[in-house]
Amino acid sequence: MKGQVFAITLVVLSGVSTFVMFITTMHSLDRTRNSFYNDYNFADVFVNLKRAPESLKEKIKEVPGVNRVETRVSAHVKLDINGFSEPVTGQIVSVPDDGQPMLNRLHIRKGRLADSTKDNEVVINETFAHAHGFNLGDKFAAVINGKWKKLTITGIALSPEFVLVMRPYSMSPDFKRYGILWMSRKAISRAYNMEGAFNNIALTLYPGAKVSDVLRELDNIVERYGGYGAYDRKDQISHRLLNEEFNMLRNMSKIFPTIFICVAAFLLNVVMSRTINTQREQVAALKAFGYNNVAIGIHYAQLVVLIVLAGLVLGIVAGIWLGGILGGIYMEVYRFPALVFVLKPWVIISAIFISIASALVGTVHSLWRAAQQPPAEAMRAEPPAKYKITLLEKMGVGRKFSQPTRIIARNIERKPVRTMLSILGIAVACATMISSGFFKDSVDYMVNVQFVLSQKEDMAVGFVEPTSYRALYEIKEMEGVHYAETFRTVPVKFRFGRSSYKTVINGIEPDSRLHPLLDSNLKPVTLPQEGIILNDYLGKILGVKAGDMLTVEILEGSKAIRQVQVVSLVKLYLGVMGYMDVKALNRLMREGEAVSGVYLTADNQYQEKLYRSFVSMPRVSGTIVRKNEIRNFYDVQAKGMLFFTFIATLMAGSISIGVVYNNARIALSERSRELSSLRVLGYTRGEISYILLGELVVIAIAAIPLGFIIGYALCGYIAAALQSDLFRVPLIIEMKTFALAAVVVMISASISGLIVRHKLDHLDLVEVLKTRE
Amino acid sequence: MSRKIDAADKTKEIVFQVKDLAKTYKMGEVEVHALRGANMELYAGELVVLLGPSGSGKSTLLNILGGLDKATSGFVSYRGNDLTKASEQELTEYRRFHVGFVFQFYNLIPSLTALENVAVVTEIAKNPMKPEDALALVGLTERLDHFPAQLSGGEQQRVAIARAISKNPQVMLCDEPTGALDSQTGVVVLEALERVNRELGTATAIITHNVDIAAMADRVIHLSNGRISEVTANKVRKSPHDIQW
Ligand SMILES: Nc1ncnc2c1ncn2[C@@H]1O[C@H](COP(=O)(O)OP(=O)(O)OP(=O)(O)O)[C@@H](O)[C@H]1O
Ligand SMILES: [Mg+2]
Repeated sequence: MKGQVFAITLVVLSGVSTFVMFITTMHSLDRTRNSFYNDYNFADVFVNLKRAPESLKEKIKEVPGVNRVETRVSAHVKLDINGFSEPVTGQIVSVPDDGQPMLNRLHIRKGRLADSTKDNEVVINETFAHAHGFNLGDKFAAVINGKWKKLTITGIALSPEFVLVMRPYSMSPDFKRYGILWMSRKAISRAYNMEGAFNNIALTLYPGAKVSDVLRELDNIVERYGGYGAYDRKDQISHRLLNEEFNMLRNMSKIFPTIFICVAAFLLNVVMSRTINTQREQVAALKAFGYNNVAIGIHYAQLVVLIVLAGLVLGIVAGIWLGGILGGIYMEVYRFPALVFVLKPWVIISAIFISIASALVGTVHSLWRAAQQPPAEAMRAEPPAKYKITLLEKMGVGRKFSQPTRIIARNIERKPVRTMLSILGIAVACATMISSGFFKDSVDYMVNVQFVLSQKEDMAVGFVEPTSYRALYEIKEMEGVHYAETFRTVPVKFRFGRSSYKTVINGIEPDSRLHPLLDSNLKPVTLPQEGIILNDYLGKILGVKAGDMLTVEILEGSKAIRQVQVVSLVKLYLGVMGYMDVKALNRLMREGEAVSGVYLTADNQYQEKLYRSFVSMPRVSGTIVRKNEIRNFYDVQAKGMLFFTFIATLMAGSISIGVVYNNARIALSERSRELSSLRVLGYTRGEISYILLGELVVIAIAAIPLGFIIGYALCGYIAAALQSDLFRVPLIIEMKTFALAAVVVMISASISGLIVRHKLDHLDLVEVLKTRE
Repeated sequence: MSRKIDAADKTKEIVFQVKDLAKTYKMGEVEVHALRGANMELYAGELVVLLGPSGSGKSTLLNILGGLDKATSGFVSYRGNDLTKASEQELTEYRRFHVGFVFQFYNLIPSLTALENVAVVTEIAKNPMKPEDALALVGLTERLDHFPAQLSGGEQQRVAIARAISKNPQVMLCDEPTGALDSQTGVVVLEALERVNRELGTATAIITHNVDIAAMADRVIHLSNGRISEVTANKVRKSPHDIQW
């Protein structure tokens, strides 16, 4: 039983370790985040506006529920980094001249805050520093209010506001091409003519304050000052994405451990019922000595617990260890001062409870049978197994079967339940494997649809303010530009019923050549002349259907509130946005023809020159190069994906080895007598291996197509569970993922087969002749 | 004293030649000497019975003759082929084509019917009988499609005999073929063996604890303590039918 116990240990270990890993990672990140938020006073509410006098601060403080208020000056800038010729943008956030801000305090990793008497000192966020290998004293340039300025890095910092640093409305974080710059309030105010004024507020609320009331009141107050809409933490990018990550971890901690625990329970069931069968006589003897049913039941229950225990202990240890690794992977994207590792006792207790309970549930039938056996019956040898001519043979297929093939067929048919469960077990292993490949496949697909098929431009150039169409003609004139078209992006808050969502409306030229809107069937969506198209995820958040009237709060310029009809919902994989014909959008805005930016294609050799000239154009706020965007998407996702694939492959391997090996061992112990008899009759090792391994092969082969089906369903479930603002995972599984899963199953089946084959080669022929079955 | 084997016997073809055969089992520190230098021959067409007390090495000897086990020292040849030097593959082939086994516990394949249990052997043999014919020889024509679990012990043993003879083996090696049977059934089984030996001329060795059975043999080989202690020859073979125990 040693090998089988080992196989079960492996599966229990997998289940417990994934459970502990996902849950502790989630708890650790949660605790880490909370203490970061608390220790560094993460604000509850944020407001962006055009410009307001400092005196407004007092008025805001009087809003019921508002606790502490901090005013700031913030600006989006283009950066110019020596040795890195691609476009980089950043956000400047002011830091009070007398030191640390009261809210959203900085955690200084290295160096110090910028000196308020100097206007060229800057503290940058850690991921940005790492991406460029920046150190204290290094310099780079920023185009601040149109002026090129050389800045010196005095510090590298983290902020609760920027745990995840992401360019607003972008599809994925890009640490290299987007950074946060903290500068002294004095320096930045001077540069932007903001002395005695501010354009950004962070504030905290008293406990019990009604958030929606505060937001409404704030919006009223700042309206005159060009407010872009107050929002609370749930609309704050970094916070929101962290929340979604937690949701994902929570889902993962349910899906995978459940699979493993079920498989473990099944394996235990098989092993225990076999063990109890072969120990009928001992059971009878114990009963004869006066042990009662309960004692017998407990005896075997203890055995079950003992078998589970090793996997449990190792699983907890491995889970903690893997949790550390996964936490570390998260820490590369989500930046906290330090990962607080949290291991809640209940996690361990529930791991213990769940695995032992399911093991006992899995074996309860055999335990019951062992306990119930009347001693006299147990003393008798097990009744001979009943065999039948198989259905296959009755149908005439078996006419030509050789006797060994007949043996295979009849053994499989004799224990249909166990055969089915074995097939199911291996199928689940196959499915697990598919689910790991599915991540890569769907991400590839998503990237292809989003970045290749529906973003055909080489560059997207954004303007500081909505601009007239002339900008398009100017850009078209530039050397190397092949083709250009405009786009319009309007920051808005959608409202429908009681739900709201802050995002942007993308105005696209009808029949856009560079930026077609594609639905999930990759068909271009024709933008209606009137009305808006939402992606279905946003539709779900808001609860709207096609035909509904949606309220749009425009968060720039006019600040108007408009109504627009939802024409349709389309399925898009990345981002959460609304889409309109650019003309319809301009009509909605009632501000004539305005463009937010230009998509363009350009000659390869001119590209670098082009974006260098965009850096120096004051009206251009930033440039995005598409191929960088793709590369970056993979860079950010790669490690996590690799880790996940690695874990899932390991787990799938352990399940299939566990199930196949266990099966093989049981088959061996049940058949060793007849196999030895066949050896005595002159059958070769190869010929008897055929009988035993043939059965395994049949089961494995039956399991693979079932595994494909279960795998597909599992991926569908995972895809649904992983929906987030960042992306919706499409249910795309490549042929090669199916193939790989089949190969892994076959390989683990072969490994188990080889081990058993080795045992077959060493059957003691004489032994079996001495005993009755 | 035992009667010396007469000269006429020596002209017969020797099937098995056993010289100074020893078999030692090592169980940790303890050595068990199952055979300590046994010498014997088995001639073509004859039927011998091996007699001896429990633990005297009968099964060990038979298993070595049948290529199921290897001797520790000494020499065994089958028709001039040294079995002690044979490889695992050669022994398998030897069992496959030359030897018919019958054991105390039948060793049938539970998932196959009587007919199929015989077919297991005929499928891989060189010059087999039809399985039906082999079963007819042991009087089981009516039970071809029954599984072992549906047959009595004696019937199962007859299936085992049919299986053993179906390949037309050169030798039949039977280890307590009647050990698990009552005397009446035992007689039926022995008759089957006797008939095969008589009609097909298969050299046959039968281990038994039953001294009465020795009467059906051409020769009786007595073992004790790992050695051949005595070989006796019967002038006339008694028919199993006339044996009572
Ligand atoms: N695998 C083994 N390991 C150790 N000792 C063994 C083994 N097989 C047989 N023996 C020993 O070898 C001796 C001879 O055994 P064998 O089975 O040949 O006796 P036997 O004459 O057939 O007895 P029985 O009439 O009881 O079947 C015995 O003492 C037995 O204990
Ligand atoms: Mg014996």
